[in-house]
Amino acid sequence: MAFFLETLIGGLMAGMLYALVALGFVLIFKASGVFNFAQGAMVLFAALAMARFSAWFNAALGGDSLVIANILAFIAAGGVMFVVAWLIERLALRNLVNQEGATLLMATLGITYVLEGIGQTLFGSEIYSIDVGMPKEPVIMFESLFEGGILINKEDFIAALIAAALVAALSLFFQKTSIGRALRAVADDHQAALSIGIPLNRIWVIVWCVAGIVALVAGIIWGSKLGVQFSLATVALRALPVVILGGLTSVPGAIIGGLIIGVGEKLSEVFLGPYVGGGIEIWFAYMLALVFLLFRPQGLFGEKIINRV
Amino acid sequence: MIYRENGQFKTSYAADQQIFPIAQDRWAVLAILAFAFIGVPLLADEYMFRAILIPFLILSLAALGVNLLVGYCGQITLGAGAFMAIGAYAAYNFLIRVDGMPLLAALLLGGLSSAAMGILFGIPSLRVRGLYLAVATLAAQFFWDWAFLRIKWFTNDSSSGSVSVSNLDFFGWNIDGPVDKYLFCLGMLVVFALLARNLTRASIGRQWMAIRDMDVAAEVIGIRPMWAKLSAFAVSSFFVGVAGAMWGFVHLGSWEPAAFSVDRSFQLLFMVIIGGMGSIVGSFFGAAFIIILPIFLNQMLPALGGLVGVSISTTAVSHAELIIFGALIVFFLIVEPHGLARLWATSKEKLRLWPFPH
Repeated sequence: MAFFLETLIGGLMAGMLYALVALGFVLIFKASGVFNFAQGAMVLFAALAMARFSAWFNAALGGDSLVIANILAFIAAGGVMFVVAWLIERLALRNLVNQEGATLLMATLGITYVLEGIGQTLFGSEIYSIDVGMPKEPVIMFESLFEGGILINKEDFIAALIAAALVAALSLFFQKTSIGRALRAVADDHQAALSIGIPLNRIWVIVWCVAGIVALVAGIIWGSKLGVQFSLATVALRALPVVILGGLTSVPGAIIGGLIIGVGEKLSEVFLGPYVGGGIEIWFAYMLALVFLLFRPQGLFGEKIINRV
Repeated sequence: MIYRENGQFKTSYAADQQIFPIAQDRWAVLAILAFAFIGVPLLADEYMFRAILIPFLILSLAALGVNLLVGYCGQITLGAGAFMAIGAYAAYNFLIRVDGMPLLAALLLGGLSSAAMGILFGIPSLRVRGLYLAVATLAAQFFWDWAFLRIKWFTNDSSSGSVSVSNLDFFGWNIDGPVDKYLFCLGMLVVFALLARNLTRASIGRQWMAIRDMDVAAEVIGIRPMWAKLSAFAVSSFFVGVAGAMWGFVHLGSWEPAAFSVDRSFQLLFMVIIGGMGSIVGSFFGAAFIIILPIFLNQMLPALGGLVGVSISTTAVSHAELIIFGALIVFFLIVEPHGLARLWATSKEKLRLWPFPH
């Protein structure tokens, strides 16, 4: 039982991390109808920027104030992501308005290559580490309830908390601020939003910036967990089933989807994996999403689109 | 002036409905085919065959298959690499497990296995569409990546999942030299391209296009969406599977599952979108573009660097390759979202009126 619970909690925390990446997808899809394959590359890019800036500022400050260096690096990396978002909107998306979904998807794949190339040219292609002072040692909880207690990774726990806080902040931003309202209007209907005076291009820049910041947070958390390296870009592929499961247009869906996928992956790997040779995590998530899709084609919380002839 | 159909009168329905109704087109295609079958083997060297021509022919076939599904039936797929893998491994198993299995039969059986799997993984298309479907097809990709790596039966119990095929024998013709391989691939491609062209002009192709354009309307006029979509998945997977089997057998010789990874799927989709969705000739343009561009960049960048006196390291070249490749794709999508095939059609239209456009 304790082992089951341990796996379950591990899955939930992994799920929050997936949700963090999935959020980036959802944000951009909601506001511009672009399925942003470049989210993974943005995570990599942001993590690379953060790792390098942190190291540079740390060296410049004499190496004794890691916290200040990290804060400065976070601001600088945020600025870089802002520039990236602005350039993507300006150079690519603005010229692709009203194209089909497949074309936009391909364009973001092209952006993925560009970002991966530029990121590695600017910041180098070695493996870096991000040290934001997250505690690494695991803690043992509920010792009174179960024999031996439940082992929980503190780092995962903090990451999950940060993810939850980010989601809450984003929900507030979407629901309560005027920019958030404009974003939702644009998501509903581009033309109607334009006609009541919402500046479409500025909205898109904003939403890509928000996605960039989400990518930065995801990059820091994933980067400090796994190290900043090229494989970080493939995190996007791990987060796709989450988006599909939760629905492409729903922020809470990304969270719930992330939790379901995280738990499903971990449980399947631990309890099903040994029978079929292991390594089933990645396709199990997709299969899970696929089965869900057969019953709810729009995902759990996605908007149902009604087609008329 | 030269390219004009004036004076070419059709006296029968057959003449009116042939694939290339304009005589100049027919001659041009025949000339290209003659050059490909006779001229190229005389001119090209081994590097050309191995690095450019054979991959081009085989991936064109795969892109053709993907185009049938994505371009003609409107179902986006990101799992084409998996179906190439299924074709390759199924053909391999048929070849080694059945005594005296001829090469052609193994290739086609590989294609048929792929088609069967295509139908299975096409089932979600009955419920979901668009981007949801694209991600659903990724399930096929990751599942088969895993299956060929972990299930030893598929790879004849080789430890790393790597298998190899040698002594390809096509009805007594031993395919081992680059020229033989080239001619074999070319022959297959011509047959399959003709098949694809005829499929898309026939009832089944029209059903696919109707489903693509407006599925509800298509259903109203009596097209069965299930039959149309699943047949598109089957035919497309068959093409892709045969291409995968040829990629393994003819081009690589020995391969492992990584040869058919998700990158291959993206590459094939790129070919279709850059080349032109819903166009047979577009598949060839797309394949040529995607194959030649990286080779070209790889050769040109150090030379360009040398020209301005900067020596570029190999890692910088590979990064620059990524950047330029990605940027060019975005650029092409912006300039001509309908692909190279549309440029081709426009220029042909212009040529018909040339030199008096009014």
